[in-house]
Amino acid sequence: MEALFASAVGVLTAAGIFLILRRRTFPVILGLSLLTYAVNAFLFATGRLALNAPPVLNKYKEVAYTDPLPQALVLTAIVISFGMTAVIVMIALSAYLSSKTDHIDLPLAEEAGEDE
Amino acid sequence: MQTCNSWTARKISLLRLHHLPVKPGVLLVSLFLIAALPFLGAVFPALLIRAGRNAAASAAGLTSFLALVGLLINAPAVMRGELVTARFDWIPLLGLNTNFMLDGLGLLFASLILGIGLLIILYARFYLSREDPMGQFYTYLLLFQGAMVGIVLSDNILLLLIFWELTSLSSFLLIGYWKHLPAGRQGARMALAVTGSGGLAMIGGMLILGNIVGSYDLSVILQNKELIQASPFYLPALILILLGCFTKSAQFPFHFWLPHAMAAPTPVSAYLHSATMVKAGLFLMARMWPVLAGTPEWFYIVATTGLVTMVIGAAIALFKDDLKALLAFSTVSHLGLITMLLGFGTKIAAVAAVFHIINHATFKAALFMTAGIVDHEAHTRDIKRLGGLRHLMPVTFTIALIAALSMAGLPPLNGFLSKEMMLEETVHTVWNHSHLLVPGLALIGALFSAAYSFRYIAHVFLGPKRDDYPAHPHDPGVGMWLAPAFLVVLVVAIGFFSKAIVGPLVAIASTAVIGGDKLPYYSLKLWHGFTPALYMSIAATIGGLILLALHRHAERLWNAAPRPEAKVIFDAVIGAATWASRTLSDTLHNGVISRYAAIMVAFTVGLGYYAYSTGTISVPTRVPLPATIIPIIGWICLVGATVAIMYFHRNRLLSLVLIGVVGLIVSMAFNYLSAPDLALTQISVEVVTMILLLLSLNFMPTVTPVDSTNARKVRDAVISVFAGLGAGGLIYALMLRDFALPTISDFHLANSYKGGGGTNVVNVILVDFRGFDTFGEIIVLGIAALVIFALTESVLGTKVRAYLLNRKPHWPQSGDAHPLMMVVATRVMMPIALMVGAYIFFRGHNQPGGGFIAGLVVAIAYLMQYMASGYTWAIERQRFYYHGSIGWGVLIAAATGVGAWFNERPFLTSDFGYIHWPPLEEFEWATAILFDTGVFLAVLGAVMLALDSLSRFAWQPGMVQEHAMDINPQRDDPPEPEGEQEREEA
Repeated sequence: MEALFASAVGVLTAAGIFLILRRRTFPVILGLSLLTYAVNAFLFATGRLALNAPPVLNKYKEVAYTDPLPQALVLTAIVISFGMTAVIVMIALSAYLSSKTDHIDLPLAEEAGEDE
Repeated sequence: MQTCNSWTARKISLLRLHHLPVKPGVLLVSLFLIAALPFLGAVFPALLIRAGRNAAASAAGLTSFLALVGLLINAPAVMRGELVTARFDWIPLLGLNTNFMLDGLGLLFASLILGIGLLIILYARFYLSREDPMGQFYTYLLLFQGAMVGIVLSDNILLLLIFWELTSLSSFLLIGYWKHLPAGRQGARMALAVTGSGGLAMIGGMLILGNIVGSYDLSVILQNKELIQASPFYLPALILILLGCFTKSAQFPFHFWLPHAMAAPTPVSAYLHSATMVKAGLFLMARMWPVLAGTPEWFYIVATTGLVTMVIGAAIALFKDDLKALLAFSTVSHLGLITMLLGFGTKIAAVAAVFHIINHATFKAALFMTAGIVDHEAHTRDIKRLGGLRHLMPVTFTIALIAALSMAGLPPLNGFLSKEMMLEETVHTVWNHSHLLVPGLALIGALFSAAYSFRYIAHVFLGPKRDDYPAHPHDPGVGMWLAPAFLVVLVVAIGFFSKAIVGPLVAIASTAVIGGDKLPYYSLKLWHGFTPALYMSIAATIGGLILLALHRHAERLWNAAPRPEAKVIFDAVIGAATWASRTLSDTLHNGVISRYAAIMVAFTVGLGYYAYSTGTISVPTRVPLPATIIPIIGWICLVGATVAIMYFHRNRLLSLVLIGVVGLIVSMAFNYLSAPDLALTQISVEVVTMILLLLSLNFMPTVTPVDSTNARKVRDAVISVFAGLGAGGLIYALMLRDFALPTISDFHLANSYKGGGGTNVVNVILVDFRGFDTFGEIIVLGIAALVIFALTESVLGTKVRAYLLNRKPHWPQSGDAHPLMMVVATRVMMPIALMVGAYIFFRGHNQPGGGFIAGLVVAIAYLMQYMASGYTWAIERQRFYYHGSIGWGVLIAAATGVGAWFNERPFLTSDFGYIHWPPLEEFEWATAILFDTGVFLAVLGAVMLALDSLSRFAWQPGMVQEHAMDINPQRDDPPEPEGEQEREEA
């Protein structure tokens, strides 16, 4: 199970970073979304994985609970990441509509970068 | 004014600070108030300028006056030898405390700052013209005044540094007050660059000093002379602190900024550059005198710098034709004199320094003001174009005459007294075995000083009346000459009755400078008998007169001699620094964002690898969970979707769909792995994010063109694969090991019900244990939504709007924009969806749910109406603004937090209890639910505002159906078939 989880995090991270390194705004946004999943899953897993042990207290009997703290952190992270995505989407959209290009690099520097 | 708490104002004995017990204070004005008054008062001139210039000036004057009164109320205690303090720990971990103290030295400087400030405020009211923004001027002036008062009252060197930098900043504003003059702007920049870099050096010096002693409190530092002087870091600390002092006090070779700062209005010059800011460096040297002075290093650095500055400043001053430049260099020279006296390191020289500080402030401020009057009335301050003004401006002439003679050091004026003391001290000073060097140079300095003082009188006021003045000079109104007249009365009075007027102040201030020891014998009087100093004075005066007579010849020689021009050198240095930093940043920062990202990721991965290869890793301690069929299916879906995104990412719509698959699997994984709250949040965020991305894709290209070379793709692939391996490997290693340190989660689990009254620990953490974090988070979310709104507003205000209005859609529009089935279904679902939201919200404290999730669910319920029935239809029925929802949310959350204060508990402490209303089940209430309401409203408002803003891009005239669902029986007959036809086409 841990291996599945870790490999999924790895795949999401790699895919996210590859897309972030693209040169148009839209793939970068997609990459950030993927990376957000990876980071949230990573943070969540720092509480270690547990099955059938939600951190909801049972008043009637003693049961095991998983670590609630990373969950609280990740919960707000998910909501904040929505805010972040919305802001970048709006910046990307405004930039595209104003300049008619969705390149993320400066035009001048881009020509120099093309030679690489 | 009379506020005084036992902890704000305490008096402890000046001597033996750490031995005496702290007595609670009698009625004193808190030093906090004195230091804060100018800052508080700075608001009023800026506001009151609408009520006229007199109102603004009165507000500024009243502020200074109140602060001065507050100071004087404390004066008797200081005069008795007590130390008035006010202490408040600001950031104790850093050693940064807002500790103020008032001793003799502080009293002297604070009275100079506030007293002369008051006179300057009066003078400036009449000096500034109608066009000058006077409210701004007084605001800057009060800010500066507050910063200066802060410096001299600080009992903590970190606090002192803050005020020190504030004086640099506020003086920048004041020097550059006439923004339209290039000279003013350049002078302001130069002053800021020089004093600012000195300030940086001083920060270093102060930190070293604080480290040596182990405390940043001055009162502690001043007790540790041996410790500091024995430290190997004494010399670096000394040099760095002196750099700050020398730049501020315009000592050679940093003297050049002061004359350029003369582009400021004259009241600024009179205030900053005679009485206050340039004396800050002197103040600090005097303040640190007890622990830094007395060593050969101190003597050779400080005394030599002072001596050189005194002579060079005086010589240059004689050959300046601009009245203010003359005074500026004379100020440089006198500051050098005081620095030299402090540098001697003897107690009696320190007394002379203190005395000269007072005298210089009085005559120099008066002289600057007379120069301003001449400039104001004659419209020039070029000495070559002036002369004979004594007939036209008798009052100004009298004031200038007395002040200048005092500057020249003639009896019976106060300048004579301190100059005599200075000359007397130089006679006893040996510089590297030479008995004659210091007195000889001091005599030359005094001679030039007498010469330029005489020139100020002779070439401006004496001589024949001319008929080519640029204006018709005459004495100004009383408002303008009153302030300098008051000062020259002091000049004369201190000359005759020095002991009575300033004797106690000099004594108490000097005691503070020399660290509380017994004062040496000295006598403030005019006649000391036939001493060497007297002969030197006579020689300087006669020599000055001769030099003035020969001025024309001397000037020719001076102009013929090559001299380095400080401004050229300064500009060259600044130019080189600008070029170097621009070259560096242009090279690193070339606008290719994808390269920055690549470098950042590669560097991070490299750091991780370095940590991995050099550190050790413990053996796994946890048994992995079994991988059953369901997680394996999930894994395949997720990895498959991700790989598919990689493959199809140029097709933007398809990749969005695939991202949605990934998001769903992630939510399911959260649910499977015991995180129901996360699963609920993730899935609802997923919905709104998808809608957002789809909306934006509507306006963007639908495919991503190929614009990376294969080499680049390989590079990126290598970087991302390593990053993925790193992240995956790290979390794998982490998951197989137990916590190395005890976790705080157990506390949360144990106290969630007892302390927070809820069984859903995640929710209790959010709204209770870490409520303050959540509070910050909803604010951030609100700001993000407002940013989106603002961006939309600004973009739709440009020509983009025209483009959007005429835009052709990417894909053919649906024939039926608002399908009947969907409209009906969403409207029927709306109350149910809202009820689900309410249910999730209320159960949140005990079961998975809460404000975050409920906000998202309700937002989705609204969004369904937008999608089904159209934007126009939806906003017509919208009863509240989303901005308001965000604002109320944050306010409610804050109010809940503040509510705890009324129960004398810290911010956001929650309370809860149980209610039993038969026949209902017993249920529980908690104040946290109010906080959660705030969260709910903020999340709802933020999500809706973001999507609503984006929807506004899509609006086009003609695309709007008036009625989303055309079945209103109240309306007239069914529409004509042609109308139906048209609408469908649209």
